[in-house]
Amino acid sequence: MPSSSDSRAADPRDLGGPIQPLLKVRGLVKHFSVRGGAGKRRVVRAVDGIDFEVRKGETLGVVGESGCGKSTTARLLMQLIKLDAGELIFDAATVGGQQLPLREFRRQVQMVFQDSYSSLNPRMTIEQSVAFGPRVHGVGRRESMARARSLLDRVGLDPQRFGGRYPHELSGGQRQRVNIARALALEPRLVILDEAVSALDKSVEAQVLNLLDDLKRSMALTYVFISHDLHVVRYVSDRILVMYLGEVIEIGPAEALFERSAHPYTVALLGSMPSLDPDQRTEAPPLVGDPPSPIDPPSGCRFHTRCPYAEPLCAEQKPPFAELDEGHRAACWMVVPGSQHSQAAKAQCVDA
Amino acid sequence: MTTSPVVDPAQVAPLVHRSSGYWRTVGGRLARDRLALVVGLIIVALLAMALFGPWLTPHDPYATSMIRRLRPIGTEGHPLGTDELGRDLLSRLILGARLSLFMGITPVVLAFFIGSALGIVAGYAGGWLNAVIMRTIDVFYAFPSVLLAIAISGALGAGIGNALLSLTLVFIPEVARVAESVTTQVRGRDYIEAARASGASALLIIRTQVFGNVIGPIFVYSTGLISVSMILASGLSFLGLGVRPPEPEWGLMLNTLRTAIYSQPLIAALPGVMIFITSISFNVFADRLRAAMAVRS
Repeated sequence: MPSSSDSRAADPRDLGGPIQPLLKVRGLVKHFSVRGGAGKRRVVRAVDGIDFEVRKGETLGVVGESGCGKSTTARLLMQLIKLDAGELIFDAATVGGQQLPLREFRRQVQMVFQDSYSSLNPRMTIEQSVAFGPRVHGVGRRESMARARSLLDRVGLDPQRFGGRYPHELSGGQRQRVNIARALALEPRLVILDEAVSALDKSVEAQVLNLLDDLKRSMALTYVFISHDLHVVRYVSDRILVMYLGEVIEIGPAEALFERSAHPYTVALLGSMPSLDPDQRTEAPPLVGDPPSPIDPPSGCRFHTRCPYAEPLCAEQKPPFAELDEGHRAACWMVVPGSQHSQAAKAQCVDA
Repeated sequence: MTTSPVVDPAQVAPLVHRSSGYWRTVGGRLARDRLALVVGLIIVALLAMALFGPWLTPHDPYATSMIRRLRPIGTEGHPLGTDELGRDLLSRLILGARLSLFMGITPVVLAFFIGSALGIVAGYAGGWLNAVIMRTIDVFYAFPSVLLAIAISGALGAGIGNALLSLTLVFIPEVARVAESVTTQVRGRDYIEAARASGASALLIIRTQVFGNVIGPIFVYSTGLISVSMILASGLSFLGLGVRPPEPEWGLMLNTLRTAIYSQPLIAALPGVMIFITSISFNVFADRLRAAMAVRS
C-alpha cells in the first residue's frame, strides 16, 4: 500500500498542514504492576519510553516478537489504557488537552482488533454494531443506520443481505470487514490495525488488505499497521518501526529497513522470515532463547544478552537513537560513528 | 441463502436476511424440549392455583371441625383428608400455593434486580469498587444460607415481611457473585474496548453492550434459586418465623401436621410433596433453560 499523499483531498480537520505529523508520540511509558512470587509488587515495563511519529497519509508498520509491547502501544495510542508518562500530539493538538478533548480524539482515531469474533457484540446485528459509534456521538437513529448500511456496502457486504445478521452467522473475513466498517463509522483520520488480518487465511487476508488499501485512498486515511507477519508489513508499509522489549530500536522507510537493516535485532528478525524460494534460504542463525523478561530488563542496550556483536559497552550504556540516513534511525552502538564499539567503523563503511 | 443471480425484482426480496432474535431461538428450543414443557406446565398450573386459589377450593380452608380431625386420604368430601384441626387439606394445599409461591419467588426477584446491579457494576468497574462491593458481599456469603436466613429473620422478628427481607438478603450475594463473574468475563471482550474507543460512557456501555450478554446466565441462575427460596421460606414458617397460623402455607402446614406423623403419615407428608414438586419443577426448568441458552449455532 504505497502512500498516496498527493491524492489527499483537503480535509477541514487538517490543522497543521501536510508537514505536521498526524500523530507525534513522545516518551510514552506504560508499566504494569504484578504480584511477584513472595507477594512483592513488581513492575512490567511493557512500554518504556518510546518516541515516534505517524505522518499524514502513510502506513506505519509496527513489528516485533510477541510480548514486545506492540499491542500495549496500540491501546495506549487509543487511550484505552492510561499512559504512565509521555504525551500524544495529534495534528498539533495535545490529546486530552483543551484543543482536543479525549472524546473528540476518539472520533478521529479508531482501531480494528485481531479477534473478529470477540470484537463484535454477539447480541447485536452487524448494522447495529456499525451504527453504535455514530449513535454515541449524537447522530440520529435513522441516519446512523443509513450510514452503517452504506459502510457495509463499502466494505463489500450487501447491507440488504447481511445487515440484519448476527456475528456468528458470518465468516471470519466477513466479520473483519464489519469491524473495519465499524472503525470507519466515525470517519476517523487514523486507523490502528492491531493484527487485523493475522487471524484470516491467506486468500481472505489478501482481499482484506486490498480493501484496506482502497479505503485508505478514498477516505484519506492513515494507518498504523501492527503485525508479526513481516511479509505483509513489508507489502503494506511506507515506514516500519521495530520494537524490542518495550522500546523502539529501529525505524525507517520500508525499503531501507529491509535492505540496510542496521540493528542486529532487525537483521535477525528479518532473517527469520521464511523465504518462498528454496535457493534463497537465509543462512543467518536465528536468535536463541526467549526475550528477557520485561520485569527486569537488561542494562544498557536491552538486546545485548542475545546480540552476536555484544561488547562490554553495550551492557554498560544505552545506545542513542542514531540517524543513519534520511529518516532511518537505529538504537545500536555499531551505527554511532566513533563509539567504543569495535564494529562501529565497519558499520559506517557498510552503510556509506 | 439463495444464490440465484437472476435480476428479477421478485427474486431480490427473499435475499433479505433477517435473523430471528436470540430469545426467540431459545424459546423455540424450549418448546421442542419435552421435559421443559412438562415442568413448564406444572409451573403454570401452580401459578394458576396461586392466582385463582379462592375459587378453586372445595371447602372453606379455615373452617375447623373437632369431629373430623385427621381423616385419611380418600374420605368422602375430603379427597385428601383433613388436618389436625379438621380443615379440608385439599383446600388448604390449593390456597397454600399462594403464600408459598409468593414467599418463594419474591425474594428471588428482588435479589435478581439488586444482585445483578451490584454484580454488574462491580464486574465492569473492577479495581477498588469491585473490591469494596465483593468483599462486603463475601461477609454475607460466609454464613450458610439457612443459618443466615434464620438469624436475620430471628433478629427482625417473625412475620412475612421480615422473612421476605431476610431471604432477599440471603440471595443477593449469590446473584451478585454470578453477575460479577459473568460481567468480568464480558468486560475483557474486544467489543467492549471498541465501544470505549468510540467514546461511549461506562453507563451506556453497560446498558447496550454488557447487559444483554450477562443477563441470560444471571437469569438462569436466579430461576434455580426459586426452589431454594421455597424450601427456606417453608423452613422459616416451619420454625414459626414466617407465615403465622392459621394462614395456609406449605412449610407451616408441614410443621403443624408433624404431630400426626405416626397416626396419618401420608397426610403429614402432603405439604412436603407440594414443596418437592414445586422446587424440582423450577430446578429442572432452570436447567433446561440453561441448556437451551448455551448452544449457539
